Formats: sequence, structure tokens, C-alpha cells
Amino acid sequence: MFREFAKGLSITFKHLLPGHSTTVQYPTEKLKPSDRFRGLHRLVPTQDREKCVACYLCPTVCPAKCITVESAENEKGEKYPRVYKIDLLRCIFCGYCVEACPVEAIEMTGTYELANYKREDFEFTKERLLK
Amino acid sequence: MTPEVLSLSNNVPLFLASMLVKILAVFVVVILIVAYATWVERKVIGHMQTRLGPMRTGWHGLLQPIADGLKLFFKEDIIPSEASKVPFLLAPMMILVPAFITVAVVPFGPDLVIGDYIISQQITDLNVGILYILAMAGLGVYGIVLAGWASNSKYSLLGGIRSSAQMVSYELAAGLSIIAVFMLSETLSLRGIVSAQMGPLWGSISFLPNWYIFSQPLAFGLFVICGLAEINRTPFDLPEAETELVSGFCTEYSSMKYALFFMAEYANMVVISAIAATLFLGGWHGPFPGAINLLLKVFAFMFFFIWLRATFPRVRYDQLMTMGWKVFIPLSLANIVLTGIVVVILQ
Repeated sequence: MFREFAKGLSITFKHLLPGHSTTVQYPTEKLKPSDRFRGLHRLVPTQDREKCVACYLCPTVCPAKCITVESAENEKGEKYPRVYKIDLLRCIFCGYCVEACPVEAIEMTGTYELANYKREDFEFTKERLLK
Repeated sequence: MTPEVLSLSNNVPLFLASMLVKILAVFVVVILIVAYATWVERKVIGHMQTRLGPMRTGWHGLLQPIADGLKLFFKEDIIPSEASKVPFLLAPMMILVPAFITVAVVPFGPDLVIGDYIISQQITDLNVGILYILAMAGLGVYGIVLAGWASNSKYSLLGGIRSSAQMVSYELAAGLSIIAVFMLSETLSLRGIVSAQMGPLWGSISFLPNWYIFSQPLAFGLFVICGLAEINRTPFDLPEAETELVSGFCTEYSSMKYALFFMAEYANMVVISAIAATLFLGGWHGPFPGAINLLLKVFAFMFFFIWLRATFPRVRYDQLMTMGWKVFIPLSLANIVLTGIVVVILQ
């Protein structure tokens, strides 16, 4: 019994010695998330517009039903998303939209600071997603 | 003229002034230790759990106690409408006050000779010092029962009752364990006990001091553990029991009144550390001048208590009671018998 007590105490004491803290002083000091981290979405732009061809695969595959797409045709006869919205309050960051996309028009970035004050601020429109 | 002991009979104004200075000094030191113990605790436990603890206010969070105090003063203070107001307000004080008045009998340094008078570095020396400490420690229980009862909440009432059961049973064991100390020193005055611990160990082993931790290791261990349980420190912090009883006796308390309970916890830690240092570690004796020795011993004990808190999980209530009644009390009784036999043989 006493051996176990001593063992427990020695473990905590070892942690007390300098160099064991793993905490980061967050707002001033930030860690880089891993490349595979799934943060905020991004619509990939090509020359003059987004790559998206409004095929509706991403809202179909989305388990949280958080993507809204409305397609339209531009003057060159190409399909494009007139409306492309992601409701981040519903999004579960599963990445299925990225996998489903046939033209690699949507990807997930490492942005993780997504806190906001109003519900409306979590609605990511096409313009915000293209940034 | 040879210096004489300063008392009410030979110099009234000087005596009163010296008392005032001593009381203020002890009070301020205890308050400072209490305030910064909260910071040290958060820091030490933080590092033991491989995180940093407070870092934002001041250098390494050094101003955190002040910020906490300010916050607590400005928080909304709620008294439940059906609570018994007077006992509800009195309870936090009932817990805090005994902790502070117990320090009055702890000697914190050698006698000073100032002018024609000898001034002792102790607020007062009672010839029944230890009994006074045990009596005052017993008062803290009233605060807890009162807090639980006056809150008019069943959780608080149950929490208060079982906390008092815990404190009373460990008080018994703590009281019994220090009997062995005054069997050896043949005095109840703390000043006498400290001076009995002067000189080399058992008058012959020169590299060790004659501290009772060497003659009474079992009593020392029992006193520290029982003291810990009596002041409700982790791993014996069942009165708080936030998981089972929604913080037990203090569920209904908020703001500064809630903070008083936790001030009392830290003040009690200081008191138990100071008493353990006085009874078993030679009080203010040591390599450094005067009160610094006692302070260092108190800090060592408090670090140990914080260390325990970072290491061990809370015990279950039945384990706690079994340990108190079936292990600690018989052990301390056996220790008294053993000490008695040794004392008689040595005479």
C-alpha cells in the first residue's frame, strides 16, 4: 500500500519539475493544426469564378443537411451555383462534401477559430467561402 | 536591571502595544498565506497535471488572488427566501473565526529582549494550549452544521450532517494521536513543547534535533492524516462532495459567503500545518533565525497537502468512516499505550 502511495506521489512530483507543461498560451501562441484537420470549408476559385458546377452532390451526401445549393446558367451556358450556403451550426465537419465533389471545388481548411456572437454569423455564403 | 517578562502588571501600555503588534502581524501573515495559498495551489496542481495554471493576471498569474477577491465581492449574493437568515449569515464566520483564533497559542519565535523587558513571540501562552486548540478546532463543526441546516435544503442538511460526522470522528483520532506528544514533553503548553524539542536527539545523537517526529513517527503520521481529514482537504473533502451532494453543506451559498468557506479551508490548512510543525518538527527551532523556520515548515506542510490533492482521488464515505474509527483510533490508542510503557521503563 505504501509503495503505491509513494509511486503516485512521485509521478505527480515528476510532472511538477519544469519542462512538463504541455499547455499553450492560446490567444497569443497558436499551434498549427495537422494537414488532415477538417476546419472551415472553402470554395476553390478558378480564373474568374468558383470551380463548382452546381451538381448537387454535396447537399445530397451531406448527413447534416447543412448545404444549400441553387444552380443557374451563366451567359456562356455553364452551370454555376447562384446560391451556395453552408450553415455551420449544423455542419459536423465530416468532409463528405469534399469527397463527393467531382470537380474538387470544395475543400476543408485549417481554420478553427469559428466562434461568433450571432446565429446569422454562422451562415457561410458563397462570397465568404470563396475568400 | 535584569530584564523581566513583560506583562499587564509591570507596563500596561507597552504590553497592550506589543499584543496589538503581535496580533496584527499574525493576522496579516495568515491572511497573506491564505490568499497566496490559493495561487500556489492552482499553480502546483496545474504543473502536476502538465498544464500551467493561472498565467494572465500579473507575472505568472501572481495578481490572481486579488482579481479573485474583487470578483467575489461584486458577484450577486443570494440568500434563499426560506433560509434562516441569521444562522445562514453566521455560519461562514463560525467556520472562519476558530481557524484564526487557534493561531494565538502557536509560538513563532524565541523571546526577544527589548529594553528592560522580555517579549515572547507568541500571542499568548496558555498552560492548556493543546486543549484550547482541540476545543477551537471543534467549533468549526458548528459552522458546517449551521450552514447545512440554515440553507433549508435537503442536500445541504445531509451534507452538513455527514460532514460533521466526519470532522468529529477525525478530531477524536487527531486528539488521541497528540496525547503521546505531551506524555513525552510533560506539558500542555505549546511553548513548553517547543522548548522540550531543543537539543540533540534523545540527548545523545548530535546530528539530529530532538524533534518528536523521530520519537513519535506513528503519532506524526496519524496527526497529519487526521488533521487533513478534519479540515476537509482532499482526499478527504467529502463535505464539498460536488459530485454526490452538489457541494453538500454549501450548495446555497454564493459570492463572498461562499469564499469565506474556502478561506476557512486554507486558514485551517495553515493552522494544522503550524500545529504539526510545533508539535512534531520543533516549532521555530531550525537553522534559520526565528519565525522563518516555522514559516518554512508550514510551507512544506502546505505543499505536501497540495501535492496529495493533485495525486489521490477522493475516498468513499464508508471507507473514510471505517478508516477513522477502525484504523486510526485503535492505532493512536496503541501508540499511547506503547509510549506509556517506554516512558515508565525509561524513568
